[in-house]
Amino acid sequence: MKAIEDQIANKYKHGFVTDIDSDTLPPGLNEDVIRHISRIKNEPQFLLDFRLKAFAHWKTLPKPDWAKLNIEPIDYQAISYYSAPKIDENAPKSLDEVDPKLLETYDKLGIPLHERARLAGVAVDAVFDSVSVATTFKDTLHKAGVIFGSFSEAAQNYPELIEEYLGTVVPIEDNFFAALNSAVFTDGSFVYIPKGVRCPMELSTYFRINAANTGQFERTLIIADEGSHVSYLEGCTAPMRDENQLHAAVVELVAQKDAEIKYSTVQNWYPGDENGVGGIYNFVTKRGDCRGDRSKISWTQVETGSAITWKYPSCLLKGDDSVGEFYSVAVTNNYQQADTGTKMIHIGKNTKSTIIAKGISAGKSNSSYRGLVKILPSAENARNYSQCDSLLMGSTCGAHTFPYIEAKNPTAKIEHEATTSKVSDDQLFYCRQRGISEEDAVNMIVNGFCKSVFQELPMEFAVEAQALLAVSLEGAVG
Amino acid sequence: MLEIKNLQASIENNKILNGINLSIKAGEVHAIMGPNGSGKSTLASVLAGRTEYEITGGSVTFNGKDLFDLEIEERAREGLFLAFQYPQEIPGVNNVYLLKAAVNAVRKHRGQDEFDAYDFLSLVKEKVKFMEMDEKFLHRGVNEGFSGGEKKRNEILQMLMLEPQLAVLDETDSGLDIDALKVVSKGVNAMRSEERGILMVTHYQRLLDYIKPDFVHVLVNGKIVKSGDHTLALELEAKGYDWLLDAEAA
Repeated sequence: MKAIEDQIANKYKHGFVTDIDSDTLPPGLNEDVIRHISRIKNEPQFLLDFRLKAFAHWKTLPKPDWAKLNIEPIDYQAISYYSAPKIDENAPKSLDEVDPKLLETYDKLGIPLHERARLAGVAVDAVFDSVSVATTFKDTLHKAGVIFGSFSEAAQNYPELIEEYLGTVVPIEDNFFAALNSAVFTDGSFVYIPKGVRCPMELSTYFRINAANTGQFERTLIIADEGSHVSYLEGCTAPMRDENQLHAAVVELVAQKDAEIKYSTVQNWYPGDENGVGGIYNFVTKRGDCRGDRSKISWTQVETGSAITWKYPSCLLKGDDSVGEFYSVAVTNNYQQADTGTKMIHIGKNTKSTIIAKGISAGKSNSSYRGLVKILPSAENARNYSQCDSLLMGSTCGAHTFPYIEAKNPTAKIEHEATTSKVSDDQLFYCRQRGISEEDAVNMIVNGFCKSVFQELPMEFAVEAQALLAVSLEGAVG
Repeated sequence: MLEIKNLQASIENNKILNGINLSIKAGEVHAIMGPNGSGKSTLASVLAGRTEYEITGGSVTFNGKDLFDLEIEERAREGLFLAFQYPQEIPGVNNVYLLKAAVNAVRKHRGQDEFDAYDFLSLVKEKVKFMEMDEKFLHRGVNEGFSGGEKKRNEILQMLMLEPQLAVLDETDSGLDIDALKVVSKGVNAMRSEERGILMVTHYQRLLDYIKPDFVHVLVNGKIVKSGDHTLALELEAKGYDWLLDAEAA
């Protein structure tokens, strides 16, 4: 297996720190810090109340106990809860005014914002250390009636929408990190698609984590009103650093009657070095609420980064005939740990869910799939299909599958399939004997394994995901 | 083209090849026969570069280059092709995708332009037809759920596309019914040319009815104990291997 071990000795390509002035709060968390964040952002009173209530609740919660994860205790008082690039009256009105260093950073990542946005027709709301600095294609979206921008902006311009929906999918009491996020979130994205509107373009946000020692607490809220349709892309990379960074985002999706939300993620945060030093802690709460009949929410994720990933994008299938989908590829290498999966809660009649989860483990990493399919008594004729496949590379990694099924209605039909396989020396030899390099052969085999998930991604994202997989498992071959 | 001199190889300290001498020139077809465990498949694997075998002595040159200086994929790009006895399944990877990657890797090595999608597809369709295969095989996972006969046809299809200098066929006839054997033989015969060498490893004489070799060698205990023309194969068919084993022991 030496060949495979060489193959997966990975170097993180996106490791660099951009030197930009940050307006950063000193480390620590108390009510004053929360009031300060709220004041900087000039928030309406209900938001401050929301934060304070969440903080009060968070203080009562025990720190979470981890199932399959190995985590050093986190000192929440050692984290700075706010960091923003210099903005206010000097805020850039166009890309020309954006700090060139920032643009340079995007270039290094292969995300030439302006070009890419124009050529690909993707509107990019670039979140750089918690504050949006560039938003494109607002006009086209505006004409369609679509609201797409930073959460802070929306809090100013559409407070009534925020007040109506915020915390209705992920309540502040939901879990430790959701409560923390609700107290201290700094920014994120807000999307509203009006009734009957098909969003004219894919909406895309690139998140970056930049200032040292700054936890990131994004808050994303996407509302698809009756009969509307939206596809949202979220992708991220992070600069290299030595200290662990906490990231605890909350994403809430609401799909009303006949609405459809497709949410795709490529996550490539710094995973730590070969020895497991550094890397992002990624504790995310993502949930979609299929509130109306015949609504549909589809999560697709490609997770290659972070030292620790803890993430279960879920669907509440409340509306009759509503559909929830979860397609996931999770790659772990070196000392990375991933505990990810989904929850499908069937509440309405004839609700359907599909789960396709692919885990790839390499190095000394550990990857767990944890999924819950719950059929409530009200969910007549609910259907679920789950498939969990694990691919092991080398002999020092692990893959675990924990499927939980609770069916409280006898008409439910639930199918679950699981497989575990290895990239074998025989497969590699076969490809190499045909003239294909070892590195290309590994990529080919891994991409074949992930195919049923990649084909759910929007085209350009699928290409990016394949490239990302290649980088994640790249080694010094030859 | 291929010069094997006193080749010795072992696996986990068991000596399998005990000094093989063999010379293959362009245009020649050689058959290596022998009883089970005589080292036939080991020879094929060592030539292709399987790493679990240790080369303990001797040399192999391929077109003047020391074969053991070349990585597995370099040997392939230089034109050494192995038709596997047990072709690997690679789920989710399109057969045609692997084929295209392989052909382009080899073409690039030869300094040729990579095929564009259209040219490649028309060529591959022509070869698929020649091998009497269904086009849908192109879009299935590599050997995924193929029958034994389908896998062997697929190996020959890859050979036709890659146009190797030297084709090593490892028990290509095993597990084939008579119709499949005819098709596979047709594919191999189509590859015979003045520029190309073919080395067939086989247990049975049956294959040689369809692909007539110029030379037949008998391998016993990791050594070539007898060489001759195709009539040697007929003699083996009639007399078995025992008389050669006895000769070796004596």
